[in-house]
Formats: sequence, C-alpha cells, structure tokens
Amino acid sequence: MKKKKSVVSRYNRWGYIFLIPFAVVFVIFQLIPLVTTIYNSFFENYMSGLKKVGPNFVGLANYGKLLTGGDLGKYFGNTMIMWILGFVPQIVLSLLLSAWFTNPQLRLKGQRFFKTVIYLPNLIMAAAFSMLFFTLFSKGGPVNSILISMHIFKDKYDFMAHIGSVRGLVGFMNCLMWFGNTTILLMAGMMGIPDSLYEAAEVDGATPGQIFWKVTLPLLKPIFIYVLITSLIGGLQMFDVPQILTNGSGDPMRSSMTLIMYLNKHLYSKNFGMAGALSVMLLILTGILSAIVFRVTAKDEVQ
Amino acid sequence: MAGTSVKKKGSGSSIHARRVIAYIVLIIISFICLFWFYVLFINATRSNAELGRGFTVVPGKYLGTNFYNLFHGSLPVVRGMVNSLIIAGLSAFLSTYFSTMTAYAIHAYRFAGRKAVFTFILGIMCVPTQVTALGFVKLVQGMGLENNFIPLIVPSIAAPATFFYLKQYMDSNLPGELLEAARIDGAGEVRIFNTVAIPLMKPAISVQAIFTFVASWNNYFTPSLILHKDNTKTLPILIAQLRAADWLKFDMGQVYAMIAFSIFPVIVVYLILSKNIVGGLAAGAVKG
Repeated sequence: MKKKKSVVSRYNRWGYIFLIPFAVVFVIFQLIPLVTTIYNSFFENYMSGLKKVGPNFVGLANYGKLLTGGDLGKYFGNTMIMWILGFVPQIVLSLLLSAWFTNPQLRLKGQRFFKTVIYLPNLIMAAAFSMLFFTLFSKGGPVNSILISMHIFKDKYDFMAHIGSVRGLVGFMNCLMWFGNTTILLMAGMMGIPDSLYEAAEVDGATPGQIFWKVTLPLLKPIFIYVLITSLIGGLQMFDVPQILTNGSGDPMRSSMTLIMYLNKHLYSKNFGMAGALSVMLLILTGILSAIVFRVTAKDEVQ
Repeated sequence: MAGTSVKKKGSGSSIHARRVIAYIVLIIISFICLFWFYVLFINATRSNAELGRGFTVVPGKYLGTNFYNLFHGSLPVVRGMVNSLIIAGLSAFLSTYFSTMTAYAIHAYRFAGRKAVFTFILGIMCVPTQVTALGFVKLVQGMGLENNFIPLIVPSIAAPATFFYLKQYMDSNLPGELLEAARIDGAGEVRIFNTVAIPLMKPAISVQAIFTFVASWNNYFTPSLILHKDNTKTLPILIAQLRAADWLKFDMGQVYAMIAFSIFPVIVVYLILSKNIVGGLAAGAVKG
C-alpha cells in the first residue's frame, strides 16, 4: 500500500513538469507586462516634441487627468454606441436563425450550407474586411454606383464624412462578423432544452410565437447573458474595424474613436503614463464584466 | 385522437408557410454575407479605368495584370504573406502542442494545487491582450526583440482559451486506464504524452490549430506595435499601410487585388475545412 502511494506521487510530480512551459511563458509575456503596465500608470512619462519628460512618480494623477481632462467619456460613448449598433441586430438575427435551425418541425434543408455561409465573415481578417468596406463605400466606389443606377440615390453620398454612416458601417461590419458565431452559441443552448417541454406546450395549444417567448427564451437566459457579456467585453476591445475604416483618426470629428484606438494613439506617441492608466481602467472594467460571466455560468452548472 | 390529428393538419399548412419564410430570409442573409466578397472578386478583375466607370456584374480581364502590378509594386505583399504564414503557422503549432501539454498536466496527474491552477488559468482567460500591450512593448524593446517574430509566436504557448477547450475534450476522450496501461508497458511519461495522448486528441487539436492560425493571421493590434521594418511586416499591417497611403488616388485595381490577396486564401481554406470548423465550434459551445 505504502509503496503504491509513493509510485503514484512519483508520477504526479510530472504534473508540475508539464505545467512549466505554460508557467514560464505566462510569467514572461503576460504577468510581467501586466505589472509593468500598472507600474507605468503611476508615472509621468511622455514625449514633448523630441524631449522626453519623466518618468516621474505622480501617483494617481494620470487617472485624474484621464477622467476629468480628456475625451475618455466621449470615446467610451463612441465604443458603446457602435457596439450597440452591431449587437442589437446581431442578437435579433441570431435568435431567429437559431430558433429556425433547431426547430424539429421546420426541418430546414441545407443547414450546413447556411451555417457555413453565416460563419464565414467571422474568419475574415477584420483589417482587410474594413479596408474592403472603405473602398466599396467610398465616394467613387461600387455601392454608390449601384445605388445611383438603381435610382435610390440621386448623388454620390460620402459615407466617410457623416457620423451616422461611419458608426453605422462599423456596427454593420461587427454584426456581420459576429452573428454567425452567436447563432451557433445560441443553437447549442437551444438544443439543450428537452423536447418534452416543447411537446407539452404544443399539447396545451401554444402557438410557435408563444413557445418561443414563453419556453425557449426564459430557458435560454444563462447562455443569453453569457453572449451579451462576452460580446460587451469584445466590444470594449473594438479596434481593427474603426481603425482601418477611418485610418486611425476616428473621423468625422473623432466620433468613431474607440477606447483601444485611444490607447493605441498613446502607445504610438509614447505617452506611457496615460496609456498605462487607460489600460488599468479597461482591465478593471473587463474584470467586473468577466466576474458577472463567471457567476452566471457557474449558476448554470449548479442547476 | 381525431382532434389532435385535425390540429396537426391545420398547423401543417402554416408550417409550410413558415418554412418558405425561413428559406427566403436565409437566402437574403446569405446574400448579405457573400455580396461583399463577390464585389471584391469582380473588382479585383477590372482595371482602374473600368472601375472608374462604375460597377458591373461580370468580371473583367485584368485579374492577372492587377496581381502582376501588386507583386511588383511598393508594398512587400509576398513577403508579407510569407511572414504571416510563418507567424500564424508556428503560433498554431506551439499553441496547440503546449496547450495540450498544460491540459494533460491537469487531466492526468493529481498534484497539490491542481484545482487552483485550473481556476487561475480560467481567470486569466478574461485579461484582454490590449491592456497589457504597454508592458509587452516595453518588455520586447528591453529584450531587443523588436522587428522579430519571437514575441508574436512564443506567447501563444500560454493560451487559456485553447487550454480550456482541449481540457474539456480530454475529459471525455482520454480515459485514465489507457495511460495506466501505457505505464505498465514501461513507457515514460513524456513518451506517453507524445504517443498516446496527442494522437487521441487530434480532432480537438486540429480545430484549435485552425482557430489559432486564423486569429494570428488576422491579428493587427500587437504586430503593428512590434514590427516596423518593411521586410518583417505581416498582411494586416500592409493593409493598414495601404489605407494610410491613400491609394484610392492611384490604381484601384491593385487595391482590390491586395484585399483579395489577404481574404481569399482564408476563404478557400475555410470552405475545405468548414465541416470541422463549424462542427468543432458547436462541440466547444456545448461543453463550454
């Protein structure tokens, strides 16, 4: 008995050994950068022309400057507006499609084809997709030419010069890139609902609409919250699409500048203090949102 | 009995109508998904002069010319694709191999702190790469690794999301008895991992390899902070450069060719592997 135990623990030592690559890489490339980022947020450290200012310890001054002086609120607002513009149509579409795909009565044919098509935009390089939309929606681009030839537009419309159209395009691209992914997630949730519940509702004479609103949706709540919050976390990280679409300017009048674009700007201008403070704020915000995800999914598992 | 059968017949026609509506909506949505890539393909085959005259439905004859001009232009696109391939390929390999190893450590051994390690890895899954970017760039500069692929490849070894997926798959597909049997046969632990665990994990590994490859191939934020020299740039950085250069005033045929060059290889690979990708995604979603 004693011998066997020592053999087992000798094997189990290998657990630590196999964890070494992960641990080493994590510490070097994630933990140290995280600590440096937090550390830098307490220092004044930027370039004034060719002159380097700092690093001087300033405590929480960078945070104060960000919260009161800068345009942080505006950029947060931009990010949220563009996220909502993409998320609302995305969730409506995904709910509809996943309900159809999983409906045993409808028995839709060609499901694999449709799933393949709707997931496709998710794999496209966001930078290239955004560049594509920039060219297609440019003043001399094909969208203008098609809309004019169909007599929908009279004159060329400059999509890049209007706040609504730029934000709308970013939202549209985000929706297009993510609704396939959301559909597949929701489908997994819907297939977990036992058929007997649907049958019981049908026997009671419920219409398809009633079944969807009164049976499917309430049971889908945990995965729905998961989708909502992971999408929100992803939305806070929005960067590639608006960055390429507006060439990093967030034009018109910085109305499409997101938080990460703002961070990217500070990183490029080597304003490390502000970049650090902004990073820490984003980290805290993401941390809170992730904690909610964990609670929701943990509850789901207990049930 | 009779009542229910009448009812079923009654809802039968409405199901038919709903099915027709579903197909129409699905076709419209598919059209909206594919339309942009169709326009991209058409425009990549047309000359700058033709493009100036507005959109046509049929392709032109300038596909070869546009690509010839692109490859001989000022953007190092072929080099960019090779760089992207190297970084994404090695990232996918290292990430899946070592994530399997990490998952295996938690799955196959009972050591002190095992549960804590698992929870910890799940916790760091939520830290976005952007919030550590400042420290990451400083670290890379300090190590003298700017314009080097190492800081873009090696960090993929610690990939919590990949780890989590593989761990879930392992729980249902890698029984402990199998490992025990290999041990009785006298195989060493490293050998068991490489010759028993890895082959059994192949389906899950290939799904994750595809996702890691695509994520790395598409990544723009981090590479743009690390790679500044022309011959080290990846495709997304070149796309951003194209956007900044305002090529719209020059040759639009080339601009479309460049976008097609970065998008179409992924589409072709996706269509070949789509069964694994969409299926694997659903499998992960069910478990995760």
